[in-house]
Amino acid sequence: MVKKLFSFIQKFYVAIIFLILYSPVIVLMVLSFNDSKSRVIWGGFTLKWYSRMFNSSIIVETFIVTVTLALLSAAIAVVLGTAACVGIEAMRRRNKQIVLGATNIPLLNADIVTGISLMLFFSRFLNAGFPTLLIAHITFELPYVILSIMPRMRQINTNAYNAALDLGATPLYAFFKIILPEIFPGIITGFIMALTMSLDDFTISYFTKGPGVSTLPTMIYSELRKGVKPEMYALSTLMFLAVLILLVIVNLKGSPMLSKPFANAKNGGKKHAQTMRYRR
Amino acid sequence: MKSSRLRRLVAAPYLVWIVGFTILPLITIIYYAFTERGTNSFTFKNILAIRDPIHFNALVLSLWVAFLSTLICLLLAYPLSYILSKLKNGRGRFVVFLFVLPMWMNHILRTLALQNLLSNTGVINGILEFLRLPTLNIMNTPTAIIIGMVYTYLPFMILPIYNSIAKIDDGVIDAAYDLGASGFTVFRRLILPLSLPGIISGITMVFVPSISEFVIADMLGGSKTLLIGNVIEQEFTVGSNWNLGSGLSVVLMVFIVASMVIMQRYDGDGEGAALW
Amino acid sequence: MEKDIIIDLKDISVSFDGEPVLNNINLYIRDNEFITLLGPSGCGKTTTLRIIGGFLKPDTGRVIFEGKDITDLPPNKRQLNTVFQNYALFPHLTIAENIAFGLKIKKKSKEYIKDKIKYALKLVNLEGFENRMPQSLSGGQQQRIAIARAIVNEPKVLLLDEPLGALDLKMRQSMQYELIRLKNELGITFVYITHDQEEALTMSDTIVVMNKGNIQQIGTPEDIYNEPKNAFVADFIGESNIIDGIMLEDKLVEILGAKFPCVDTGFGRNKPVDVVIRPEDVDLVEPEKGTIKGVVTSLLFKGVHYEMDVLANGYEWLVHSTDMVPVGREVGIFVDPYNIQIMHKPISEDEEASSDEE
Repeated sequence: MVKKLFSFIQKFYVAIIFLILYSPVIVLMVLSFNDSKSRVIWGGFTLKWYSRMFNSSIIVETFIVTVTLALLSAAIAVVLGTAACVGIEAMRRRNKQIVLGATNIPLLNADIVTGISLMLFFSRFLNAGFPTLLIAHITFELPYVILSIMPRMRQINTNAYNAALDLGATPLYAFFKIILPEIFPGIITGFIMALTMSLDDFTISYFTKGPGVSTLPTMIYSELRKGVKPEMYALSTLMFLAVLILLVIVNLKGSPMLSKPFANAKNGGKKHAQTMRYRR
Repeated sequence: MKSSRLRRLVAAPYLVWIVGFTILPLITIIYYAFTERGTNSFTFKNILAIRDPIHFNALVLSLWVAFLSTLICLLLAYPLSYILSKLKNGRGRFVVFLFVLPMWMNHILRTLALQNLLSNTGVINGILEFLRLPTLNIMNTPTAIIIGMVYTYLPFMILPIYNSIAKIDDGVIDAAYDLGASGFTVFRRLILPLSLPGIISGITMVFVPSISEFVIADMLGGSKTLLIGNVIEQEFTVGSNWNLGSGLSVVLMVFIVASMVIMQRYDGDGEGAALW
Repeated sequence: MEKDIIIDLKDISVSFDGEPVLNNINLYIRDNEFITLLGPSGCGKTTTLRIIGGFLKPDTGRVIFEGKDITDLPPNKRQLNTVFQNYALFPHLTIAENIAFGLKIKKKSKEYIKDKIKYALKLVNLEGFENRMPQSLSGGQQQRIAIARAIVNEPKVLLLDEPLGALDLKMRQSMQYELIRLKNELGITFVYITHDQEEALTMSDTIVVMNKGNIQQIGTPEDIYNEPKNAFVADFIGESNIIDGIMLEDKLVEILGAKFPCVDTGFGRNKPVDVVIRPEDVDLVEPEKGTIKGVVTSLLFKGVHYEMDVLANGYEWLVHSTDMVPVGREVGIFVDPYNIQIMHKPISEDEEASSDEE
């Protein structure tokens, strides 16, 4: 009886927190289909905010910029990051630690500081615009890419690579035949992570974008000052769904984020096929 | 060896990138922080500007809000993670995935969604009004900011704590019961100390971003409640005193590094940002 | 009921998600006995141990400890301790703190705990390890600490769940002697779990062979080895030739078309049976002196003996002998009637006959 009550309280608690975390998202999604402009009154189902959204040239343009930025930055980050992992793995312990430490800086630093420092740095050489945005995105994506590839890199048996060289392969050939297939899942995960981080970012884009360019999050932020339009709800819903799909793909691919293996080494109780020594 | 030198060379573009776009920008911000606006002469003025009551109050409020948000996140997330850790392996992972999912929703969108719920003409008040109950008036107060931070950063607390509890070997817990421990003793002497690394990284992952937060304060706290993040942001957007903004950023960075160093001391296993 | 029985399992049944794991297990354990539950993985041996330890409540049946029903008693209230698979040492506590864990809960005095730690470490030959952390110890050392941690609580029964499973062969063998020594020194009951038949035969006073949730046979190591009750036990304990046969009449069995005299009676006439012959009981003789003729098809030197396969009447006989017979040689097969074990066929493929009492 007491046990049942306890178990009920536990379930209730989990459900409440779940509700708290999801209610704003759900409200947003519901409002994106609401025919009334009010945030409280349900005016019937409509898709007009979606069609309005797609008919707005600013939104469509910004959407294209955002997606281009995400794809391009993720692709460059993956190429740079893969090369980096190959090189870092061959480094001596100390250098390796230094480089990996530096890699973590954008990860640990506050986004606002990363954004501002990049903005100040760019202001000396470049006009803020798409190129600065691209560099900034690549910069904060790189740690995620490297963190996705590095563990796989470590698992590779160096002897396999050396054996390939020993058998007469060029280093480049050995890389494509031995190393690349092994780290490929990490590269894919890294690419999707980079994509997600790019779509997710507001703060760093906000400081590095310059006046002419906008990403969807920065656009929504500036629009907010003029008041919330229901188109924004539609846009938010779509963006959330896009990230959701990317995440499901990453997790199905077995990214380390949530599929950390449990060290539950049970002894397979295989019957020993060894000879009995028990004599009578 | 020749081949390994060649291999190391492959990392060169990346090294150039880190130096160019991570290290140099940090040096730039430090340079701005220690130079006079216009004259470029060396000064401590921008750093010491933190003593200005407006800035100082914003910093104190930031630290206080971050502290409260972290505390609330911890109190909410620990029991939750503990309950989830008892689910069977596959199911537990999936439920945790669901709890972490909102973390990946864009920050702006998430805060916008919350604004919708909390605002004086928002959904919660709409429901309260419908039920003829007194309405809430928390929009544009520090309370709203804390709610926003807890909502935003709760998943950052859940994930590491869940991971550290789930990692505890069932055999160890059985062993404690076997040696006569009661349920409470098992929790106090085993589960709590063994999940400490998760708690520490959870605290770090909530506290560090909350002290530099400015979007939540801007969207939920209104124009009157300023956090240090807002002050810095405004120096760069409205005030355009970059040197002052850089000075305050460096102060903020010192607080971030300090809090990470303090946390690291408790985190023996170096389990730090174990989000990945 | 005998007086010296310390644990009595009565009609224990358990199923997980509708899958039966233990089918009506009855087993008693005598005081000061080294009893081993032996069987392949999934046979229910660990489940049985968890029921004794209190980590699992049986669906039906009772657990009696020294005459008292402890079925509903949680593990922390039971007077027995467990040595877990993979040791389960507390990773954040020192060796001394690990050993003191149970004593502190019992609120023993500081001096008492100190003495006990010293005594236990001496007993397991790890003096001076007090302040080490578990991770800094080798597998064998961790195993000894796990044992020390359990025995300082002076349990009447020590449960050991495949304690040597994670150790290498050498370590395992030396720990086997260590465990026997410990058991004799402490004078308490050991309930030991293993899937390693050699380990079971070396260490135990009594072996309980289990399969698919049923007890197959209970007996001394000699009994189990020499008189396996069914084909499963014969196959699991050591190597065997298990051949389909027909019991023609008392003391005569037909195997592979030839008539072998044996000593078993009471199987009836012309009944299909399983015939078990240990490889070392097969004598290779001159072709015409054997009961049946065969040809040696393979030969392996195993150190103490040769292992040969002999193909005779369509069956490949496994033969162990100190005499070598080259491959291709024709030989006769002879088996002493005493060394032929006749067993009933199992009732169904799935369930070996569940055996009764000892």
